[in-house]
Amino acid sequence: MAGGPRTIIDKLWDAHVITTREDGDCLLWVDRHFVHEGSHHGFGQLRQRGAPVARPDLTFGTADHYVATRKGAVLDADAARMVRQLTENCAAHGVTCFGEGDARQGIAHVVAPELGLTLPGLLIVCGDSHTSTHGALGAYAFGIGASEVAHVLMTQCIWQSRPRQLRMHIDGKLGAGIGAKDMALALIAKFGTGFAQGCAIEYSGSAVQGLSVEGRLTLCNLSIESGSRLGLVAPDEVTINYLRGRPFAPAGDDFERAAEDWLALASDRDAAFDQEISMNASEIAPVVTWGVSPEQAAPITSRVPDPATLTDATRADAWRDALDYMGLHAGQAIDTIKVDRVFIGSCTNSRIEDLRAAAAILKHRRSQVPGLVSPGSRQVKQQAEQEGLDRIFIAAGLEWGGPGCSMCVGMNGDIVPAGERCASTTNRNFKGRQGKGSRTHIMSPAMVAAAAVEGHLTDARKLMEGRAP
Amino acid sequence: MTPFTIVTAPACPLGLENVDTDQLIPARFMQTPRSQGYGGFLLHDLRRKDAGEMRKDFALNDARYAQAQIMIARTNFGCGSSREAAVYVLADAGYRCVLAPSFGDIFASNSVQNGVLPARVSAADIEILLSDPSVLAGAPITVDLAEQTVSVGNKSIAFQIRADWKQRLINGWDAVDMTRSYAKDIDAFVTKDRAERPWSQPRG
Ligand code: SF4
Repeated sequence: MAGGPRTIIDKLWDAHVITTREDGDCLLWVDRHFVHEGSHHGFGQLRQRGAPVARPDLTFGTADHYVATRKGAVLDADAARMVRQLTENCAAHGVTCFGEGDARQGIAHVVAPELGLTLPGLLIVCGDSHTSTHGALGAYAFGIGASEVAHVLMTQCIWQSRPRQLRMHIDGKLGAGIGAKDMALALIAKFGTGFAQGCAIEYSGSAVQGLSVEGRLTLCNLSIESGSRLGLVAPDEVTINYLRGRPFAPAGDDFERAAEDWLALASDRDAAFDQEISMNASEIAPVVTWGVSPEQAAPITSRVPDPATLTDATRADAWRDALDYMGLHAGQAIDTIKVDRVFIGSCTNSRIEDLRAAAAILKHRRSQVPGLVSPGSRQVKQQAEQEGLDRIFIAAGLEWGGPGCSMCVGMNGDIVPAGERCASTTNRNFKGRQGKGSRTHIMSPAMVAAAAVEGHLTDARKLMEGRAP
Repeated sequence: MTPFTIVTAPACPLGLENVDTDQLIPARFMQTPRSQGYGGFLLHDLRRKDAGEMRKDFALNDARYAQAQIMIARTNFGCGSSREAAVYVLADAGYRCVLAPSFGDIFASNSVQNGVLPARVSAADIEILLSDPSVLAGAPITVDLAEQTVSVGNKSIAFQIRADWKQRLINGWDAVDMTRSYAKDIDAFVTKDRAERPWSQPRG
């Protein structure tokens, strides 16, 4: 491989290989490890062996999965213990922790980029599958399980085999009011939840380059929903400008020197991928999910698909089961589906641009249904309040909450009651994901805001006229 | 970790596709300390009706597969969240192996860490297994990791597994011990890397 053209994935991989075993497995160096409340199994294994954390300076904790996000909410004893345990585990091992009450606290995948902990060229792991998010800045970032968390804590290394490489090329221009979330959902709807299994994805093309860093974070976030463990975007000027001045990023001349290295990470012109797929951005409409898997998604302008049109019997059964769970019938116009509540938040869509997009639609309007807006971090919350976005949400009748995973997974008690239907900016519409029996439709922040205003799923573009996010 | 060589046991013909880890164990059970055992949470909500009563038509609730140690599923088993608890529920319920055409990446590596074999069997062969009368009757089948075969009666079906995972399962290797044996390489890497990527350290 030496000397020949390399992809960005090759370059990142090669820079982290410590040793390669005969069977092909490589020991890789880990530059950043983020831990959260769910990492308690990992810390438990550490304790069992009486081992220290190898590199506390490269490990950062943030409380996100179990923290309370609603005003006045009181965590149950178990959830409160989970939050406390994280702070205690970090303190015991000398790990910096953005715990409850810290001005930097929030969802790991929101906090790390905004603090400049996520940088191009880094290898990043976290015991959470949406770690793929950090690829937006040109990092090699993937989720790991609890035993691997323990392994990284103890060694700062991880065993991996070289992934297949897939280039996802998206050229063209997104239509007005259509964003990164629609792009990601359209990809998954078109190619399926398994299409990138075992692959690392590089997203490229003019439509990807045209996204802000925030949009790229959303796109890379959903890589895991295509079966891939990671997706990334080559660093460019947009990336560099985003990172300049972030507290944990290099500063001054160090930054400029680093930026040169980062820009050189882009795939070489003739570098070969195992597979290349392309899509035109102009084909993409606002997308919503209708079923219980992210691939069960369709444009808002279409109808709930009919399982009877499928030739694959297993798939048809899965669709029937999904429609039954979701309480929908084939042929129903998707924009007539009534919702019971809305949720704006999660590591997919809780950044300032997401909140601005939702607020642009909700301004001077009322939500027909109850709903919760949960900014992704304390910093996002503060900025949104400075911009007056909180007042728009509150005036619309929505609840303005605090940062955390919140209703994305309901671990902190913020759940969608059984049988209720929620328009949500999250990433998983699995059965019971937002609470037992909950029905989730995932879509962009603008689309969730529009659903709130109309009380049913609707094409947000109709409500955008004369309003810029 | 218990080494995996040959397992002979009944198989549970689950047959579902896209079984995500939220189904394998709903999030609300994940605060439980592992010492209490996770087996009872396996597919907790899927195997029950809304009122909590066990679904009679669900393979996991079928007495014929009560002693199963092998799960047979369709594509994309274990997709979704990285929760290792999705493997704990299987391991604690006595499962040593899942047969499916494809797996969620993180789920598969979590399985190996816990001595559970994620064996990739072609979609066509999964259909053969799911319709085999002896499998359905709960008769034992044999999974041989060294040979990479599943035997049912006199049928033998091949499966795929990453070479490194195979080694680790067969030997019951502990990853941390293995890594520690490379301490010198790690130190050399760190020294070289500091010079090459000075920007990789967080500014504090
Ligand atoms: S917001 Fe949701 S998807 Fe993101 S890390 Fe939290 S629970 Fe996971």
